[in-house]
Amino acid sequence: MSGSVVVENLVKIYGDLHAVDDLSFEVGPGEVLGFLGPNGAGKSTTMKMITGFLPPTSGRVSVCGHPVATKPQEAKKCLGYLPEGAPAYSEMTPWQFLNFVADIRRPENRRGRLDWVIGQLGLEPVLHRPVDTLSKGYRRRVGLAQAMLHDPRVLIMDEPTDGLDPNQKRQVRDFINEMAHDKTIIISTHILEEVEAICTRAIIVSEGKILVDEPPGELRCRSRYYNAVTIQAQLKESVRAALGELEDVAVVEPERNQGLTLIPRPGCMLEDAVRDVLLRHNLKEVPLHIQAGRLDDVFHTLTHNVHE
Amino acid sequence: MNNLLAILRRELVGYFQTPVAYVFIMIFLLLSGALSFYLGNFYEREQADLGAFFTFHPWLYLFLVPAISMRLWAEERKTGSIELLITLPVTVFEAVLGKFLAAWIFTGIALLLTFPIWLTVNYLGDPDNGIILGAYFGSFLMAGGFMAIGACISATTRNQVVAFILSLVTCFLFLLSGFPLVLDFFQLWLPQPVVDTIASLSFLTHFSSINKGVIDLRDLSYFVILIAAWLYANMIVVRARKAA
Repeated sequence: MSGSVVVENLVKIYGDLHAVDDLSFEVGPGEVLGFLGPNGAGKSTTMKMITGFLPPTSGRVSVCGHPVATKPQEAKKCLGYLPEGAPAYSEMTPWQFLNFVADIRRPENRRGRLDWVIGQLGLEPVLHRPVDTLSKGYRRRVGLAQAMLHDPRVLIMDEPTDGLDPNQKRQVRDFINEMAHDKTIIISTHILEEVEAICTRAIIVSEGKILVDEPPGELRCRSRYYNAVTIQAQLKESVRAALGELEDVAVVEPERNQGLTLIPRPGCMLEDAVRDVLLRHNLKEVPLHIQAGRLDDVFHTLTHNVHE
Repeated sequence: MNNLLAILRRELVGYFQTPVAYVFIMIFLLLSGALSFYLGNFYEREQADLGAFFTFHPWLYLFLVPAISMRLWAEERKTGSIELLITLPVTVFEAVLGKFLAAWIFTGIALLLTFPIWLTVNYLGDPDNGIILGAYFGSFLMAGGFMAIGACISATTRNQVVAFILSLVTCFLFLLSGFPLVLDFFQLWLPQPVVDTIASLSFLTHFSSINKGVIDLRDLSYFVILIAAWLYANMIVVRARKAA
């Protein structure tokens, strides 16, 4: 068994709706898999089936070699799960809640693990306040603490940073990055910057199907903005025309302040040609910005086409 | 077993962290006292027993037990914490039984706190304490029956009010299934043996004999089987509808 989480031909049908449609992938230790897709694409449903909350209509899932369908207890023992919205028992305090989870998870060195998650996630200030009086950020951290308590080999998080402010998002991401080296992590998100910040691999799903499965860097290359050249300066009409006539330019998009972005034909590099044109017009000093590709553009192109 | 105890403890502690426990116990004690003294004519009967007290228990439970059971599963489903509970390494059986037992023990605590009336009757006269003990036991069993019905119905919805009303109606049917109100309805279109079966399901018939101090194996097994059947149904509902 190569991957810690193996998903084979997973299908979930609600009535007429194919929420998850024949999904297969494997994730191994050290990988952080970002599960991307528009709302309703089947991300949460897939996660619920991996964690054993929902039974699949057909297909198989195994976690650390344990089939979820036939050995749910063993599978659940080696995974930690942060459900969407990080639900917890609202009348309990984080201390009581974590102790309840510890009663069931029974980690070795219970006291040590409790101290560790409380310290790592900075829960001391709110440890004895009921969960429903806590801020969203703290609630999310309580959810993460609960998922991490038994030091699981597989960590599954459904939109771990959704609804958090930028500082809180950063904290959660740093935390995930720290965990990443020896664990198998699957997160779902629709925040694209997050994929770049923490994921080693991205799967884009739409309507229950996998559209793309590759590292975020490669995903970027699919963007039509990959290697596009942006010039943020006022240019004379003649220069604009000369740039637009370059052989490898596919599209010219205007930018604010009369600048422009030149989008290359697939596989072409524009930088040298653009510099030549500028040199000929004595515009040596004009700064060029070479774009690395836009994930949101890739995401939009991929998931939008499905509907058309 | 450890999981069961962990769930049971969490639930039970939960009652006392919200006003639910205190409101419930206060109302239960007030009503059970008031009913036995005013409607039950505790003094005027001039009998050294707790008949006047126990007679009203089925009616008290009818309203108060669904008030406890309504949140058992409906709240978990509403807040999404059911996803957390089910994805912990616990079985559905442990979760269902743990929650039920916690709620049942909680009503047991309320019932135990009615002990002053037992002291009163012992102070005033010389009752048969064996009968009283049996009646307490029977009352507790009956509360378990109501609770199992309520727990199962609570798992069918995420709305606590709906759970409360449906549980109340179902409990009411079980309570009165031996009485014309319910039987006349079935008599019209069901064969007599079925009607007899329905009649034999009545809480009141089974409780009244326990209340008189007769602990019959049939009455005991009736409540035990009833609880087991509803808890089994509860497990099926949780498995089937946890995500709906």
